[in-house]
Amino acid sequence: MAVLGIRAHVRDNVAVVAADVQAGDVVRLADGSEVQAVEAIPRGSKVALDPIACGEAVVRYGEEIGRATKDIAAGEYVHTHNLAGKR
Amino acid sequence: MREEFVFQGWRRPDGRMGIRNHCLVLATVACAAGVVREVGRRLPTVVAVEHAHGCGRGGPDLGLQIKTLAGLVQNPNVGAAVLVGLGCEVVSAALLKGALARSGKPVETVVIQQAGGSRKAADQAEALARRLLGELEDLPRESGAAADLMVGLECGGSDTFSGLTANPAVGEAADRLVELGGTVILAETTEMIGALGPLLKLAESEEVAARLKAKVERQEARAREILGPLADAVLAPGNVESGLTTIAEKSLGCIAKGGSSPILEVVDYGDRPSRKGLVVMDTPGYDIESMAGMAAAGTQAILFTTGRGTPAGFPAVPVIKISSNSELFEAMSDDIDLDAGTILAGKTTRQVGDEILDLLLRVVRGQETRAEINGQAVFAIAQEGPAF
Repeated sequence: MAVLGIRAHVRDNVAVVAADVQAGDVVRLADGSEVQAVEAIPRGSKVALDPIACGEAVVRYGEEIGRATKDIAAGEYVHTHNLAGKR
Repeated sequence: MREEFVFQGWRRPDGRMGIRNHCLVLATVACAAGVVREVGRRLPTVVAVEHAHGCGRGGPDLGLQIKTLAGLVQNPNVGAAVLVGLGCEVVSAALLKGALARSGKPVETVVIQQAGGSRKAADQAEALARRLLGELEDLPRESGAAADLMVGLECGGSDTFSGLTANPAVGEAADRLVELGGTVILAETTEMIGALGPLLKLAESEEVAARLKAKVERQEARAREILGPLADAVLAPGNVESGLTTIAEKSLGCIAKGGSSPILEVVDYGDRPSRKGLVVMDTPGYDIESMAGMAAAGTQAILFTTGRGTPAGFPAVPVIKISSNSELFEAMSDDIDLDAGTILAGKTTRQVGDEILDLLLRVVRGQETRAEINGQAVFAIAQEGPAF
């Protein structure tokens, strides 16, 4: 199944999923690019579009919203378990 | 916007234009709340405002209370007011009336201890309010334009879609209103934490940028001092459930409401801007207190986006609710005026921005908002220190 992913800015390395996603679903952006989800992602949450190494910036709206607290693979669910703001 | 942005309103003695013509019955202190509520029961057409303030606080907070209560009476949507005090409080009816002396509006006072108790005070206040309501009916209307409008922006119960749908659409409407000569207030300093980068790019001058930076950094420092390691989670639980993670993520979505006009000025809580255009006000992110600051400055209407759904309106100031997703619009249709979730189904931000501006014009011309119809007026003032 393909689910709409919304990327707010071209620099973003995450997109918001417009519906619940299951492992194996394809998340498709408006520009046609795709990423395959490696795990379930609830509607409204973020999917990683690229691999993000631990300590690297997570970018949404073209701005840093926090840093990865562990290595994140493309297609993974990005939320408070692997993303935190500046301390 | 094809048709012209004009309306018939009420010109107040200070020159500002009301889009409503309310008689306010205002408690000056919490102890007068019961009397004000009773007057509201007897006369449903008045705007009866009670609150928890007026006494028992240190100097800076009392100053904020006096400024905000006086500002609410001076709001152009208010034509006349009855102030109800107790008699031994700090923010007395006489003190507040003195602060309003130059407004030129009819302001009457009732003091419960002098009137001989709550029943007699309610009788007095009711009689005064009836007379003022009659006088307001006779006030002639005048023609107003976008340049007469000051519109506040608010978001409450944000979700992950707020920053993709409702907030950028409000940003479009804000840009159009500024182009037409109007004033827009972007508030909620807490929700600028982590979003200074894009905001500072909008500052008209280095002075404005420095002031904005100082306000946001002060709020961030206070959050870190009081909340410690939890500071980064200045998010309500509902925000996180919806998919938001950090305060920066929430903030970047929130500031989209301001649009892309230059920020001309940064004003303190409740202060009136001196410029027309996009202005930032230093307020908490807490919706009710933030709206009170903007109403005290004279905003005649508020555009309020929500992802989780909130019914809150504000006394005398129409609050237009805009949902960030269509599920919310369907689930709480009695509380939401317009759905920006249609952007997820293919509408452009610009289209929904135009819908918002059209709705704003209808509300300015007298159409009631859901919050007005539902009587969802709530009021609270931002405070700095503890109660004594």
